[in-house]
Amino acid sequence: MVKPAPSLLKTLPVPKPQPQGAGAALGLSAQDTVRIGVITFPGTLDDRDAQRAVRLAGAEPVPLWHADANLHQVDAVVIPGGFSYGDYLRAGAISRFAAVMDTVADAARGGMPVLGICNGFQILTEAHLLPGSMIKNEHLHFICRDQVLTVENAETAWSSEFTHGQDITIPLKNQDGQFVADDATLDQLEAEGRVVFRYAGWNPNGSRRNIAGITNERGNVVGLMPHPEHAVEPGFGPDSPSGMRTGLDGLGFFQSAINAVLAAR
Amino acid sequence: MGTVIVEVMPKPEILDPQGKAVVGALPRLGFTQFSAVRQGKRFELTVDGPVTPEILEAARNAAETMLSNPIIEDVVAVVEASFDDGEGA
Repeated sequence: MVKPAPSLLKTLPVPKPQPQGAGAALGLSAQDTVRIGVITFPGTLDDRDAQRAVRLAGAEPVPLWHADANLHQVDAVVIPGGFSYGDYLRAGAISRFAAVMDTVADAARGGMPVLGICNGFQILTEAHLLPGSMIKNEHLHFICRDQVLTVENAETAWSSEFTHGQDITIPLKNQDGQFVADDATLDQLEAEGRVVFRYAGWNPNGSRRNIAGITNERGNVVGLMPHPEHAVEPGFGPDSPSGMRTGLDGLGFFQSAINAVLAAR
Repeated sequence: MGTVIVEVMPKPEILDPQGKAVVGALPRLGFTQFSAVRQGKRFELTVDGPVTPEILEAARNAAETMLSNPIIEDVVAVVEASFDDGEGA
């Protein structure tokens, strides 16, 4: 005899209506609300995850479209991961010429916080907003793992919630993740403290000098191969000492940007 | 109708993981003569009219600004396809 399943509804929290966006739900006034745009290109995969991460960090996610040059009054921009234009030509090479990227480049030069994750990092290098480039992983395999990173610059718009030397765990998944640049560029990045994150323990893709993420001179534009938006919610993040899938180290990226925006107001 | 050939290769100082994989696989089919392989790209740009010096100049610009990334790649050829090798047909 089959017993009826106990109602799951009793154990699930009832979602509260949020007619005025996440900022209102957090008790923030409109003036305190930080709007973070997330760009979608054809072939972008992680735009919804990035929007969710923005919301969980306490900001209002604003979907942006590659063909629309209007940034819709956002305070910061995330260029998420995926395979925009199928990685045709080179990863990020075609997206760089999208209408929205001209506006993003102008805003970035004006100081707006811009974060490029994985394919977004590749797009930022192709757009010359960050130096270097990415080539195929040294071992030629697609790789997906929880990766430990050491924070080496805790003063950028996307890393101020961390401390210098802190180890964080962020999921990594890519095929073209090997960061390369000539020695002069690498020396300059090191000398100016522009290496923001370095792979700790193991270099997963052959990147020069174990570099996982870098910033521009001003510290408002940051790009990295690992995916902070996949480490923002209990039950869905990387494993941590407190349990399976409990890692939330990605939240700090988005909270850093929120603080940077609020500090500039 | 003319065609311009653009060839792009990874810079010599950049490790070419794809070429490395190919040279590792060649001996499995008995090709033991080759000690190194580098893999690049070939683009065929077609125009409606003949390939003029202006068209070649435009192709060079496209090669430098979009078809290659100067940080990791070199443009090694921008030439008009000749009918001899069937490219101009």
